[in-house]
Formats: sequence, C-alpha cells, structure tokens
Amino acid sequence: MQQRVTLTDAEINRDLLRSINENHLWFWLLIGALGSVVLCGFGAAAYMIYTGIGTTGLNRPVLWGFFITNFVFWIGISHAGVMLSAILRLTQAEWRRPATRAAEVLTVFSLMTAMLMPLIHAGRPWRVFYWVFPYDWARGIFPNIRTPLVWDPAAVFTYLTSSILFVYIALVPDIAVARDHVTGWRKPLYTVLSLGWRGTTRQWRLQLIAGILLSAVILPIFVSVHSIVSWDFGMAIAVEAWHSTVFAPYFVIGAVHSGVSGVVTFMIVLRPFFKWQDYIRPEHLDALAKLLIVVATAWFFFFWIEIVFGLYAREAPEVALREMQMLTPPWSWMFVIFLITGYLFPVTAWMFKKVRRSIKWMLITTISVNIGMWLERFLIIVPGLARKQGFTFSWGTYTPSPVEITIVIASFCMVSMLVLLFSKIFPLIPIGDAKEGQILQDYIQIGKRKVPAVLREE
Amino acid sequence: MANKSILGLFSTAEAAADATDVLAEAGLGQDSFDVLTGCPYPEGAFGEREQKHHLYVFPFIGAMMGFTVAILLTAGTQIAWPLVTGGKPILALPAMTIITYEGTLLGAVLFTILGIIFESRLPRPILSPYDTRITEGYIGIEVTCEAEWQLEAAENALRKANADDVIR
Repeated sequence: MQQRVTLTDAEINRDLLRSINENHLWFWLLIGALGSVVLCGFGAAAYMIYTGIGTTGLNRPVLWGFFITNFVFWIGISHAGVMLSAILRLTQAEWRRPATRAAEVLTVFSLMTAMLMPLIHAGRPWRVFYWVFPYDWARGIFPNIRTPLVWDPAAVFTYLTSSILFVYIALVPDIAVARDHVTGWRKPLYTVLSLGWRGTTRQWRLQLIAGILLSAVILPIFVSVHSIVSWDFGMAIAVEAWHSTVFAPYFVIGAVHSGVSGVVTFMIVLRPFFKWQDYIRPEHLDALAKLLIVVATAWFFFFWIEIVFGLYAREAPEVALREMQMLTPPWSWMFVIFLITGYLFPVTAWMFKKVRRSIKWMLITTISVNIGMWLERFLIIVPGLARKQGFTFSWGTYTPSPVEITIVIASFCMVSMLVLLFSKIFPLIPIGDAKEGQILQDYIQIGKRKVPAVLREE
Repeated sequence: MANKSILGLFSTAEAAADATDVLAEAGLGQDSFDVLTGCPYPEGAFGEREQKHHLYVFPFIGAMMGFTVAILLTAGTQIAWPLVTGGKPILALPAMTIITYEGTLLGAVLFTILGIIFESRLPRPILSPYDTRITEGYIGIEVTCEAEWQLEAAENALRKANADDVIR
C-alpha cells in the first residue's frame, strides 16, 4: 500500500533545501573524517608515484590488481544514473522521482573516482596523456586507436561529460528555487547558475522534453561504456579465460546491479540525516528491490552461462581457471562470499515484502550486493591474470599492499564525501519533480475505500 | 513604446486558469501572456498557447558533427603515424567505429544541451517581472503589452480575476 503524503510547495522547499540552509556539526565532522581518509589516499598515491610501482603488490603475471578492480567497480556504480534516471524517465515510472538526482550525482562522482584508478595504476600518470589524447602534434605520434585501452577513456569521457551536463540541465529549475530562498554570498552564485530561470511554460515544456531526449541519447552511451570496459579484458587473447563474447552484456547488467544497489544505499544513509522520510518512503524501496530482483537474476544468468560454456566444452584454460577460482584458497572462499553476498542472500531476502519495505534490511542487502560485486571483479581480474600463459616467464603471486588498500578505502570515502558536499550546495532530491508528483496525485473513492492514484499525461 | 510586462500572482492553479479567460475578454489573448510556475503543469492547463520549438533538430546536427570530427580524428591520426600490421589496412575500421560511435553520441549530447538552453531562451540576465512566491506554489501570469492602455487593461483584468498581487 502506498503511504503518500500531501505537501505544499513551501513544505517541499523547506524539506528539500534543508541540506543547503541548515548547518550541522555532524555534517562537517563527517566531511572532516572522510576528507582525512581521502588525504591519506592521495598521500599513498603520491608515495607510490614517488617511490615506484614496486610499493604495490603487483607481480608478474598479475599486473592488474586492486586499482583495476576498483576502476571496474566504480564504473559499474556509475551505471545507476542512467538506469534509474533515463530508463525510468522514458517509461514514466512514478516512483523514480526521489531517486533520479542521487543516481545521476552518484554517476558523476563514481566516474570521476573510477578515472583516477587507471591514472594511479599507471605509476607515472602524466604519461597516460600521451597514450590517450591525440595532441602530440610536434612529434606526429598519436594514440593507437586499435587498443581497447584508448576506446575506454573515449567512452568514459563521453559518459562523464554527458552525465555532468545531464545533471546540470535537470538542476537548473532547482537552482532557481535555491536562488529564491537563500541570502548572502550564495545568492549571486545561484543567480548565475540558474541562468535566469523563471519557470515559464516553455521552459518547463523543454525541460521535460530534455529529460526524455537526453535519456534517449545517453542510454546508448551507458551500454557502450561498460561494454568497452569489459573489452579491456575480453579483447585480450593472452588471458584465455577473459576472451569471452558474453563479457559485454555480463558487465553491463552487473554494473546496473551494483549501481542501483549503491543508489539505494546512499538514499537510505542520507534519509535520516536530511529528514527525507516523506520523500524516500518504503514504497520506493519496495519498487527498487523488485527492479533489483530482475536485474540481479539477469546478471546471474550471464554469470552462469559464462562459466558453463567454458566448462561444458572442457576447454583446458577455462577448467583450470574455474578450479583456481572455486576450489583453490584464498580465491575459493572469496568465491563463496561473492556468491552469497552478490546474489543468494540479497535476492532471497528481497522475495519478502517485509525486507523490501524495511529500511534496515534494504541497507544491509544493498551493501551486501556491492561487497559481492567488488569481489566478482577481483575474481575475474586476479585469478585470470594469475593463469596468464602467453609470454609469462615468472610466476609471482599477488597480495595487495597497504598502499593499494589505503587508496581503495579512500576511493569509497571520496565518493561519499563528494555526494555529501554536493548535497550541501544543491538539492539531492529534485524539487520540481517532487512538486509535479504532488500535482498529479489524487485520492479516488472505490467502493468503501479511498485509494491514492497518480495521473499521467501521455 | 517598448514592450512592457505586468505580473499577476495567483495562489491556486484554478484561479490562474480563470484569469486567462478574463484576460481574453479584455482583448489579451494567448499571444499576450505567459504562465510562470514552480513546477511543470500539464500542457494547456492555463489555456496558454502551444509551445513550438526545434529542439529535436539539435541532436541530429550534433550527431553529424560529432561523427565527422571522430572520423577525421581517427583517420587523420592513423594516416599521420601509420602502424603497418601484417599487411592489414592502415585504417582499422572496427576500432574507428567504436571511437566514432562515442564521438557521434557526444556531439548529440552537447548540441542537445545547447538546444535546450537556446530554445528555453536562456540565459536571461534580467528576471523581472518575477516574484519569489512563484517557487512557493503561486502561479504567475505575465502579460506583455505593446501600449500603455493595454498595460492598464491587463492590470484591471488581473485585479478583476482576483489576483493576490499585481507587480509591474
């Protein structure tokens, strides 16, 4: 049953601008704590760049470790934005309203964090610019576009640019609301950023069309990004277990699984802090959990066929890899944790309405998904490389070093900190959308019951 | 006389919709007024004119430009520094397709954003006539007049329609 509440525009403004207008000590303490970890992460990266990549646990043949795992993980999280925002916008799903902005913002910050990972991994980040950008006119040497390692930055850069612009265009009406309700130094800032928005019929009409149009254009980018990330692995012939045609859809759907879970986690964590109880309600979590059941099961299907196709044909490298992943410690216990946390536990839990509508359980299950999904990427990359055959002359093992662990932990703190700081400057729940939802809702009498109904314009 | 505007504020959508009828009776039809709201209302809710725009053209132009730039960039850099691989063509078409795909979509997004800003008549340096109560749920009806007498007529009509406030 829906637990809709009726709110006036003034109440919506007050509630959704609370994060901007109110200053709390807890907020700045939290930012300080997260910022300290982020600084440690940057310190660790600086130390690694100064001392050399030998400070990591990377060792032949495992030359991709925590950084690349983390890169794939954050790219995956970034897929929440388009999944929730674009697809639900195009299908006019009513329950999307409170979640779209958080999803879009999480997309932007997770993409930024993801892009840092290969830069750090490169050891000498400045050299990446020679490798990616076609700017070296003087020497006439240009990037080799035949490698997925150039397609990848092209796709991620396109996705990041599109996502930032998408967030900004959707924010303009809300910045105008903030402009009308703040004083001091922030007033001129919001005045400039709102571009002189007045809320004319034309502006709103175009804003609605823009949401749909941009969603439709960004959707193919969204599919391409994680496909191309998967081709970083899938196009490599030397690592036999990676050379799989199913990798692109498997990665895309896995990204949606972890991304949507990430959005739910953030929404639940921020809900009590900013008093969003009237906006993020159990019915929203219920709908998101149902969506996640479908997404998770589709992802599990691809995971299953990825394993079965290799094993059924008894391909020696596949059999050897799966033996390493599933039966050889420490990979085997990671595999068990991944299976349980990534699929079995959350999906089983989401079958129950009480879980889907429970704030606490949704928090636990969505965090569980992302523990599993992080391990999934790790189990693809590290055991895969540990079995790399071509041109391998020494067989080292991989154990992450404190430098790598610090940087990975810092990346989580960085995304959390950036989302929190964003919420301090801009509303994280779309105000215009919340108000439109109020206009289009009503209660209709059916027999002896009055039920909430939502009107929808075609 | 340059065009002048007057803004009437109404606390409910129904009152604002009725006011547009009063304006029409006073000779100020659909082309004379615009409606300012704090959130999107269904099209035609206030009897306003249909909004014509060319937004759909922008992504196509952007996509074509992005496609062209991507082709030039990928082909140009390969020709500038040829990598001869086992007798294969210098221009690697599968790889070019991927970069061109991204370039095309990036062009489409950039031009869509430009289109939205341009078609929304933004940026607008001067807000007035405007009132912050619009983002508090009030509906503003902005009447644009060419002559002083029309301005008087508009003000009278807005007051007759029980506007909560009229701002010149």
